[in-house]
Amino acid sequence: MVVRIQDLPRRRYGMPGNAACPGCPEAMGLRYIKMALGDNVVLVIPAGCSSVIQGIWPKSGINFPILNIVFASAASAAAGMKAAFEMMGRDDVHVVVWAGDGGTADIGFQSMSGAAERNDDIIYIVADNEAYMNTGIQRSGLTPYGAWTTTTPLGKKEHKKNLPFIMIAHDVPYVATASVGYPHDFIEKLRKAAKIRGFRYIHLHAPDPVGWRFDPSLTPKVAQLAVKTGMWPLFEYDRGVFRLSPFSKPYKDPSKRTPIIEYLKLQGRFRHIIDKPEEIKKLEEYVDRLWYWIDALEKAFNPSEKARELLSRHA
Amino acid sequence: MSVGKSARGPIVEAPVGFFAAPVSHPAPGAAGKTGTWRDYRPVINEEKCVKCLLCWLYCPEDTILRREDDMVYVDYEYCKGCGICASVCPVNAIEMVPERGGLE
Ligand SMILES: Cc1ncc(C[n+]2csc(CCOP(=O)(O)OP(=O)(O)O)c2C)c(N)n1
Ligand code: SF4
Ligand code: SF4
Ligand code: SF4
Repeated sequence: MVVRIQDLPRRRYGMPGNAACPGCPEAMGLRYIKMALGDNVVLVIPAGCSSVIQGIWPKSGINFPILNIVFASAASAAAGMKAAFEMMGRDDVHVVVWAGDGGTADIGFQSMSGAAERNDDIIYIVADNEAYMNTGIQRSGLTPYGAWTTTTPLGKKEHKKNLPFIMIAHDVPYVATASVGYPHDFIEKLRKAAKIRGFRYIHLHAPDPVGWRFDPSLTPKVAQLAVKTGMWPLFEYDRGVFRLSPFSKPYKDPSKRTPIIEYLKLQGRFRHIIDKPEEIKKLEEYVDRLWYWIDALEKAFNPSEKARELLSRHA
Repeated sequence: MSVGKSARGPIVEAPVGFFAAPVSHPAPGAAGKTGTWRDYRPVINEEKCVKCLLCWLYCPEDTILRREDDMVYVDYEYCKGCGICASVCPVNAIEMVPERGGLE
């Protein structure tokens, strides 16, 4: 089902006057979760910008009931909360983890991996702004090659960890990538995930004007360029079937992709590599490798009946 | 103490005083009147607007508001002036105008 802007709920789902920086992708993403899933959602939030966006007691700047929790425990706390709701007979409540890239790919990884292995009935969303922003822009496992952070002053030397593929390998029912540049796609994926039981993982790309050094008016544009350059492919893995999402389909063909320099040059964090073709080439090779993986996954997890039968153990 | 049963086993009551945490409630202005953060204010030209609602969809603060007829307007009390609405408008109906200081 394709989401149309006009059909989205009119209600004011964001929470104005929160503590997010102007142009914040996390504030955008939180609003879309509410638009997609409505009121029966509880968030579990480990430390990160979204802990701070909530503002100062007794008010909260995020329009959800929230359990704030330590880094290491977000997914396990969510699993426990879901079990408690089940005991209360409240099967209608979605327990959603909303965590940063550092909180997910590095510090919270063990509890997330455990929850995925147990196929706990939660939705796990990563707001991936590609660094530890709340503590002042330190590199994480999801920071891309070449990006400046305060702990990689000359640019990161390692590539971005491909977390969505790692989650597919956990054999959970639903894994998707999304972007704040394509809210319709994110909302559609959230609604789809909400209809599935078990561990569901959505990786939301969230370009951050503060940490990536771009003008706050450009958050959607930078997010869209990540998709158009092939740096951030949108796809979903739904109970044994892997599909590229419509917005990313054209970019399977490398000649349709926008040159990645167009994406890099908007961001101050890549300023020191922008004139270095050998560094740009490393990122181009990363994109090529990423799409080899996608090609392989498309072939392995295609919608044939046999594949469906074998792989949809959670369906 | 067990206070009931469920499919997963007995429901146990939490000991009194076991857990007490400060609770906040969602409300506008948890970080104050964020309209004062603005250097530029978005001004919508209703003549040009084609009601596509892209500004409404992308505004991180939810400070683009929708009238019944889908004409949009800005909540200047909380709009942070990021300029996203102006950057996504397909017909350039939103202009970012320098603030002269102070809220309206
Ligand atoms: C165990 C532990 N280590 C470090 C911290 C300090 N800390 C708080 S928020 C944060 C950064 C979180 O980064 P990320 O998960 O990427 O989320 P973002 O701030 O980017 O939204 C850190 C390191 C902490 N709270 N707990
Ligand atoms: S640092 Fe980035 S993610 Fe954090 S509040 Fe500011 S804009 Fe949002
Ligand atoms: S300037 Fe930013 S905060 Fe203000 S209405 Fe436009 S998008 Fe929203
Ligand atoms: S983006 Fe521009 S045309 Fe579309 S509703 Fe907003 S002001 Fe009107």
